[in-house]
Amino acid sequence: MDQTVLNIIVVGLSFALYFAIAIWARAGSTSEFYAAGRGVNPVVNGMATAADWMSAASFISMAGLIAFVGYNNSSFLMGWTGGYVLMAMLLAPYLRKFGKFTVPEFIGDRFYSTKARVVGVICLIVISVTYVIGQMTGAGVAFSRFLELDQFWGLIIASAVVFVYAVLGGMKGITYTQVAQYVVLIIAYTIPAVFISLQLTGNAIPSLGLFSTMAEGTGGQGDYLLVTLDQLLVDLGFSAYTTGSTPWLMALFTLSLMIGTAGLPHVIIRFFTVPKVADARWSAGWALVFIALLYVTAPAVGAMARLNITEQFWPNGTDGAAVSVETIETDPDYNWMLTWQATGLLGWEDKNGDGLIQYYNDANPDMAAVAAENGWEGNELTNFNRDILVLANPEIANLPGWVIALIAAGGIAAALSTAAGLLLAISSAISHDLIKSVINPAISEKSELLAARISMAGAIVLATYLGLNPPGFAAQVVALAFGLAAATLFPALMMGIFSKRINAAGATWGMMAGLLVTCGYLFAYLGVFFIPGTAFLTADQYLFGIPPTHFGPIGALVNFAVAYAVSMATEEPPQEIKDLVESVRVPRGAGAAQAGH
Amino acid sequence: MTDQTHGTSTGARDKEYWSANLRLIYWSLAIWALSSFGFGILLRPLVSGIQFGGTDLGFWFAQQGSILVFLVLIFNYAWQMNRLDRKFGVEE
Repeated sequence: MDQTVLNIIVVGLSFALYFAIAIWARAGSTSEFYAAGRGVNPVVNGMATAADWMSAASFISMAGLIAFVGYNNSSFLMGWTGGYVLMAMLLAPYLRKFGKFTVPEFIGDRFYSTKARVVGVICLIVISVTYVIGQMTGAGVAFSRFLELDQFWGLIIASAVVFVYAVLGGMKGITYTQVAQYVVLIIAYTIPAVFISLQLTGNAIPSLGLFSTMAEGTGGQGDYLLVTLDQLLVDLGFSAYTTGSTPWLMALFTLSLMIGTAGLPHVIIRFFTVPKVADARWSAGWALVFIALLYVTAPAVGAMARLNITEQFWPNGTDGAAVSVETIETDPDYNWMLTWQATGLLGWEDKNGDGLIQYYNDANPDMAAVAAENGWEGNELTNFNRDILVLANPEIANLPGWVIALIAAGGIAAALSTAAGLLLAISSAISHDLIKSVINPAISEKSELLAARISMAGAIVLATYLGLNPPGFAAQVVALAFGLAAATLFPALMMGIFSKRINAAGATWGMMAGLLVTCGYLFAYLGVFFIPGTAFLTADQYLFGIPPTHFGPIGALVNFAVAYAVSMATEEPPQEIKDLVESVRVPRGAGAAQAGH
Repeated sequence: MTDQTHGTSTGARDKEYWSANLRLIYWSLAIWALSSFGFGILLRPLVSGIQFGGTDLGFWFAQQGSILVFLVLIFNYAWQMNRLDRKFGVEE
C-alpha cells in the first residue's frame, strides 16, 4: 500500500478516537469546563499531564538535540523532568487545596490585589501563546510531510480537531483526549526505538541498549555502543559523544528548565482536576512515570540515530571511501535522504567533485591535515535539520510502513495534546480572571461557560493564525516562555505558599521586576521584541558569560529579592490572608473550599 | 468538615505538621540536587572512575539515573506526606 494512504488511515483512525471521546465527555458546568469536575483519577490525570507536557519539542526535537550535541544536552532530560520534583513538593498540593480554577486566581486572592492578578494573567498569556505557536507549526510540518497536504490545510484540519473537543468538552474533554493521545504517542515513540535497539545491540529495551555492547554483524561487535560512537565521532573531528564542556553553564541551563517547567500554568492547572490533595501528590508521581517512559528512551534514540546516520555516510568505515552521490540517488537504503531533501530540511553538496559525500567536522583545525591529505574541501552534508531525526528515524532504519505511519500519528498527537492544554490555560484566564473577576463579577454560571467557550474559540483562531504566519523568532520565543515562567509565576506562587510576610506590593513588584529583567536580557542579545537587527549587545558581552536561554534562575532570583525587600519596607498582609496561607498548607477542609463555588 | 477557628492546640499541631513537611522537602531537594547538578554535572569528575556501560556513572546520572531518582523522590514524598496527614489528623 502507498505510504501516504497508510499514513492517512492511521492518523484518521486516531482522529476518530478523539472525536468519540469529545462527544462522550461534554462539559455541562464551569467546574467541568475548567477542572473536569475535579473527578479525575490521579493515575489518569498523570497520563493526561504527560501528554499535556510532552509537546512537539519533546517528541520531535529532543532526541535530535541530544544526538547532535551529546552529553551537554542532557540538560533537557534532567531539566524537563526535574521540574516535577519542584511542582510536586512546592506547588501542586497547596494549589489543589486552595481549590480554585486558575493560576492568576491564586495570585490575585493570596496577594489580595487585582493588579497582581492582572500581571499574572499577562505573564500567563505571553508564556502560553508563545508556546502554542510551536505546537501549531509542529503539527503543520507533520501534516505536510506525512499526508502530503499543503501546510495551510494541514493546520486548518489540526485546528478543527482541537476545536471540536476543546470547545465542547473544556478540561473534561481535553483530559480524556490527552489520555488517548498519550497512548498513541508513547507507542509511536517506543516501537521504532525497540526495533533500532534490537538491530544495533540485540537488547529490546532501548534505555538498556544505550549502555550495551554492539550486536554481532554490526561492525563494532564486542565494543560498547557508546565507545563505538565516541570513536566514530572523534575520527571525524567531532567532540566525543559522552564528554562535555563548561559544567556550570550546563547546570544553570538545567536549573532554568526545571524552574520554568514548574511555573508553566498549563501543567499546574492539571493538578486542579483530582479529587483530593493526597491525589495531587500521587498524580505528580504518575505524571513523571509516564513522562519518564519517553524520556529514558529519548537519549537512546538520539545516540543510535547518530550512529546509524554517521555509518550510512561512511559505509566502509572512516578510513574507507565515503558514500557516493550515485548510491544516495539509487540505493533504496538512502531513499529517506531524497524524501527529506525535497522538504528542504536536508541537503548535501559534492564540493570537491569526487562523486562522494564526506561528512566531517570542518570547523575543527585538527581535521585540516586529514582533509588536505584526502582532498576534502569542507563538510559536504551541508544541511541536517535536527527536527527530522525522530521523524526520519524509522525510514533510516528501514522499518515497515506502518511504523512510519505511527510516527506521523504520534507527532500530531504530541502537538495537539499540548496545544489543547495551552488553549485551556489561555481561555480560562480570559473568561475567569478577566471577564468574571475584573470586568463583570455578576456574570451567571451559564454566561461564564459561554464566555469560556467563546474565549477558547478565539484562542484557537489566534493560534491557527500564528501557526500559519509564524513570527521569524519562533525558536527564540520558547526560551522566553521558560524564562518568564521561571522569573514570574514560579516565584510568586512559591512565596504565596511558603511565606506569610510577602504582601500585595511585594508580589506585584517582584513579578514586574522578574518580567522586565528577563525580557530586557533576552531583547538585548536577541533583538528588541526579537526583531532582527535590533540587538544592542553581542555574545561576547554576556553578563558573566550567561546566554539568554540560561537566564531564568537569575530572573527568579531578582523576583524573590525585590518581593522580599518591598514587602519588608511595607505593611504586613492582613490577618485573613495569613489565615488563608495557613489553610492552604494543610489538606483538611479541601472539600469545604470546593463547595464554595 | 472542620470549620472551627484555629484553636491553640490545632494551631500548634498545624505548625508541627508544617515543619515536618519542610524537613521532608529539604531532604528531598538535597537528593534532587545531588543526583542531577551533583553526580550528573558538577561532581561528575568524582564518579568518573566508575565505569558504566561503556562510559562513566556521571553520564548515566545525566541521561537516566537522575530521572529515576526524581521518581523515587516524588513517590516517597507522596507516601510520607499522606502518612503525616493521618498522624496529625489533617487528612481530607
